[in-house]
Amino acid sequence: MAEEWSARIERSSPVTALAALGAWAVGVIQAVGDFGSFSFNALYKIFRGPGTRALREMIAQMYEMGTRSIPVVLITGGFIGAVLAIETYPQFQQIGVADRLGAVIVVSVVKQIGPILTAIMLSGRVGGAITAELGTMRVTEQIDAMRAMAADPIRTLVVPRVLACVLMTPVLTMYSDALGILGGWAIAVGVDGVRNYPFWHYAAVGTDMYTINVGLIKSFFFGIVIGCIACYKGFRCGSGAHGVGRACTESFVTSFGLILLVNFVLAVALNNIFVLLWPNQPGLL
Amino acid sequence: MNAPRTVAPLPADAPADCNGAIIRFVDVYKRFGPLPVLQGVNLDIPADQTTVVIGPSGVGKSVLLKHIVGLLRPDAGEIFFHGRRIDHLGERALEAIRKRIGFLFQLGALFDSMTVFDNVAFPLREQSDKSEEEIRRVVRESLAVIGLSGTELKMPADLSGGQRKRIALARAIAMHPEVVLYDEPTTGLDPIRADIINELILKLKRDLKVTGIVVTHDMTSALKVADQIVMLLDGKIVFRGTAQQLRCCPEERVQRFIQGRASPEELRALHQN
Ligand SMILES: Nc1ncnc2c1ncn2[C@@H]1O[C@H](COP(=O)(O)OP(=O)(O)O)[C@@H](O)[C@H]1O
Ligand SMILES: [Mg+2]
Repeated sequence: MAEEWSARIERSSPVTALAALGAWAVGVIQAVGDFGSFSFNALYKIFRGPGTRALREMIAQMYEMGTRSIPVVLITGGFIGAVLAIETYPQFQQIGVADRLGAVIVVSVVKQIGPILTAIMLSGRVGGAITAELGTMRVTEQIDAMRAMAADPIRTLVVPRVLACVLMTPVLTMYSDALGILGGWAIAVGVDGVRNYPFWHYAAVGTDMYTINVGLIKSFFFGIVIGCIACYKGFRCGSGAHGVGRACTESFVTSFGLILLVNFVLAVALNNIFVLLWPNQPGLL
Repeated sequence: MNAPRTVAPLPADAPADCNGAIIRFVDVYKRFGPLPVLQGVNLDIPADQTTVVIGPSGVGKSVLLKHIVGLLRPDAGEIFFHGRRIDHLGERALEAIRKRIGFLFQLGALFDSMTVFDNVAFPLREQSDKSEEEIRRVVRESLAVIGLSGTELKMPADLSGGQRKRIALARAIAMHPEVVLYDEPTTGLDPIRADIINELILKLKRDLKVTGIVVTHDMTSALKVADQIVMLLDGKIVFRGTAQQLRCCPEERVQRFIQGRASPEELRALHQN
């Protein structure tokens, strides 16, 4: 009886709570370090030259995750552009600048919404598939078998997938941007009665190359995040079907969070660069 | 443990390849979290012979094999390959050793996104600069040896468990490695197929001087292919000797295992429920 109580006190004491917190912190730091060295290893092998077999595998992956993602990216892009027009038109109408809707829609789609939305779609569709595939390979010892045959699983499996993500995310972002702009245009011009010429005129005036590049630079980094997280979670997958399922969920949640974080950091950094380069112009967004 | 053939632990600094051992375990310990698996394994694998490892399920036989190619690392102890310590080598350094060892995984571990052909060709493409034509020839030969010619274009998912196991065996021996680790090569095969695999193991030893390590529960297979039999129990090697010596081993647990008799305690648990 006394033993049970002392055990209970032991369990609930602030010292144990502190120890648990410490253990959690150590776990997080270890995981971050592990992920960092995994990603560094993969990126290093990409820069060293992936080799022809990895490139061939990359093409297959680009088709699988790129080409086949186009429909879903187009649909989401189009609807978001349309919704953006629906929500902004009344506000602009009230202050009599509805003609400028083109600039707002295009800039926000190209700079923020397109890249973010595409990245999040891809981390679900593509990242989930990568984690499930690699996780299953790990659970069924295929990755061990690869190592046992003196093949480097990072080079054979991770490099082609990360490369495909990095190359395809900006391309799909362009598709999403295009449909987003068209969706916004369709609502603004087709439904709300903004005139066609001012819509495109202000769209062109408001958007410079820098704005477009910001969006594409971001999506390039999002591609790295999606590829590295998805492969990492697959490689560190726990055992059994349960482990694979959990890895897929974690893969999506982690890359979602990291995409938002990277977006924030890049937004600040790129805006500062803009101010540095063109000090007299107002920074956009 | 009073059996005369129980191995005495070797001093850690003993010359590593005395009496022709190609692989040597010295006092190897391995645990997974709270679960101790290997608890002081000392084992010599003689070159050009077949060593059979027997022991109950879950005792750590597969874990033992994975230590030989560095897929797992011991918590303590040393592992030698050709007299060179390998348990602390990095992945790059291990590649040279892995090229000399073929590994048949317990569940095959075929790449399920690749055809049978690409699976068997994988080590050839990875480890040699053979031409595609030569690779095709070797793959065809390897598949013929295990009796699965004509399955080149199938996917592993379309094969039965036994067929997958045999394809995995073809993949493990395609490079003609000097050591082959067979993890339960005859499990899931009918007796005739199992016998063909036994003959294949004997043939590889005879013709290509392959050193074999066979993990098995199949006593028929064990007695047929073994030059040396070792038994792993409670994380230690409790018996080492020839098939003849195994039959005369006085230890109770060893006898029960080879005759397939459960202990009275194990049976009591069953009848109580
Ligand atoms: N990677 C691993 N992580 C955790 N536990 C493991 C791992 N590999 C094996 N084990 C455990 O080690 C024990 C021995 O496994 P194994 O070597 O596969 O047994 P067997 O002798 O049947 O081949 C089992 O209890 C298994 O659960
Ligand atoms: Mg096993």
